Amino acid sequence: MKQVHFITELFDKYDGRSLQAYLDAGGFTALKKLFDISSEAVLAEIDASGLQGRGGAAYPTGKKLRQARAEKAARKFVVCNADEGEPGTFKDRELLKCNIYQVIEGMVIAGICTQSQEGIIYVREEYTNMHDEIRAAIAECYKHNYLGKGIMGSPYNFDLKLFSGAGSYVCGEGFAMCESMEGKSGRPRSKPPYVKQEGFLRLPTLVINTETLSAIVSIIKHGADSFRRYGTEKSPGTKLISISGKVNRPGVYEIPFGLTIREIINDLAGGIRNGKKGHFVQIGGASGGILPERLWDTPYTYEDLAKAGLSVGSGAIVVADEDNSLLDYLKVVQDFFRHESCGKCTPCREGNRQLRFIFDRIINGTATAADYDNLEIVLDVMGKASLCGSGKTEVVPFRTAQRYFPELFMTKECFVAKKAVV
Amino acid sequence: MKPELEQLADSVCAKYDYDAVNLLPILQEIQRHSPRNYISEEMARIIAKKLDITESRVYDVITYFSALSSEPRGEVIIQICNSTTCNVNNNRDLIRWFEEELGIKVGETTPDNKFTLIFTHCFGACDVSPAVRIEDDVYGMLTREKVKDLIAAKRGAVV
Ligand SMILES: Cc1cc2nc3c(=O)[nH]c(=O)nc-3n(C[C@H](O)[C@H](O)[C@H](O)COP(=O)(O)O)c2cc1C
Ligand code: SF4
Ligand code: FES
Repeated sequence: MKQVHFITELFDKYDGRSLQAYLDAGGFTALKKLFDISSEAVLAEIDASGLQGRGGAAYPTGKKLRQARAEKAARKFVVCNADEGEPGTFKDRELLKCNIYQVIEGMVIAGICTQSQEGIIYVREEYTNMHDEIRAAIAECYKHNYLGKGIMGSPYNFDLKLFSGAGSYVCGEGFAMCESMEGKSGRPRSKPPYVKQEGFLRLPTLVINTETLSAIVSIIKHGADSFRRYGTEKSPGTKLISISGKVNRPGVYEIPFGLTIREIINDLAGGIRNGKKGHFVQIGGASGGILPERLWDTPYTYEDLAKAGLSVGSGAIVVADEDNSLLDYLKVVQDFFRHESCGKCTPCREGNRQLRFIFDRIINGTATAADYDNLEIVLDVMGKASLCGSGKTEVVPFRTAQRYFPELFMTKECFVAKKAVV
Repeated sequence: MKPELEQLADSVCAKYDYDAVNLLPILQEIQRHSPRNYISEEMARIIAKKLDITESRVYDVITYFSALSSEPRGEVIIQICNSTTCNVNNNRDLIRWFEEELGIKVGETTPDNKFTLIFTHCFGACDVSPAVRIEDDVYGMLTREKVKDLIAAKRGAVV
């Protein structure tokens, strides 16, 4: 069982545009079920599924919804995070394109379960060519009473609109997202209070990933047990991955947790192009870890990746072959973070400046022992003292690269000396 | 103050109730209606006044987001992805083809102000990488020939 279709069940069952076709394919039955069995029962089902947030942080979704529900306020918001800013990631794009109604259904369910009446789909600006279709789908749902007042004849109300990002990676972070929706530059706030308590307009806000919402709908429809049929004990269910780079069939695949990286590359993505040898992958976006070819038999699960110093992150897998240099790759990663750093906190802002200088010297072969020492200090401070996840996780690709390719991160003399000791 | 700028600002701000919370969509919409794809200093001043906020806040937002510009740009913006997958897939040929076809370097605007060529980060087209975004449309798996055709089509669109 390699590729599965649990969350993506309807991907080729309808064109992704017509509400009627979605209904014919079983759309909005999860919402109907919610009305039949109560939101408490729905939350219990989500708990039982073991679903973890697919936006990167992997927080248990059931718990998160309960926390959101506990917040008391006259206005509460649910925001669908469709900012998808991690380089190498394009699975939310497919969910929006092939099955937008399921995302909307997930939003209504999340709204009712958390007693929130206002929803926003925050779609990245880079997906502007999809904005009109998303708006059209929302309008269709209003027209047929799947949004608005007294949804499907129930006592529940839920409003929904699209908000366009404007090209900022950091706006994928909850607070930065709220700031940008308030007409400000998207810089994270310090916590507490948390987004769930004081987010958009300082009101309780649930920020939840597009895939998480889609998964909720499938889980309610088919039951937690059918979700848990896939995956492992600690990583139940399925995951959408975006695989790209030097493979024959790049794309989005839904997989059960537990396939190995090698199976994903060879059996789903058609292997490395042109018969070349694999070199490394980066898993989870630009902030994800680097895994060398020799460890590609690692299973793709939260627990196995954690053991290797990596995480699932955004679900991206970027594959590099023997022609790709890891140092050049890391330089691209660093350029990305340097450009996207919002500049609010010193460790990330200045750390990125220093990393650039150090990397330039490593790449052109003029780095000294002091540079490698400073690299340690900078990464340490960034990882520990950055204000938001951006600066904190930026160190992951470098740390994993150091762990698996130590020879790239020391002067030749030092490397030889160390080898002699071991 | 130029009356046509006032008029554009008013028509857009009115749609958003002159509420500064909506500054981001307001700026995006105004920029879309500005021929050179940017928010001029004069326009920024007008917007600040209409929304009753400081000019520095307007500039903070314009300069923070990469989809907004405070400098005039070409009518058609061509963005070449320079992120991880596109680098792994060697986007250097693609960059060269666009530079040759347009006769400019990345970061520049053609003398007729028709095209601006810039680098951008991953826009989620890694499955067709190396990828390029021309206005709002995404293209991948390009050849020298296709780049030529794309530019010709965009050139043709004006005249
Ligand atoms: C810098 C930064 C960028 C992020 N970008 C995204 C993103 O593009 N999409 C996303 O869903 N989550 C992103 N996140 C994670 C969100 O903050 C949040 O944890 C997530 O949307 C919660 O949804 P989930 O519980 O469904 O995972 C980002 C976090 C940080 C720190
Ligand atoms: S870690 Fe970086 S992106 Fe996050 S708040 Fe600090 S400067 Fe901004
Ligand atoms: S890395 Fe270039 S489009 Fe994603």
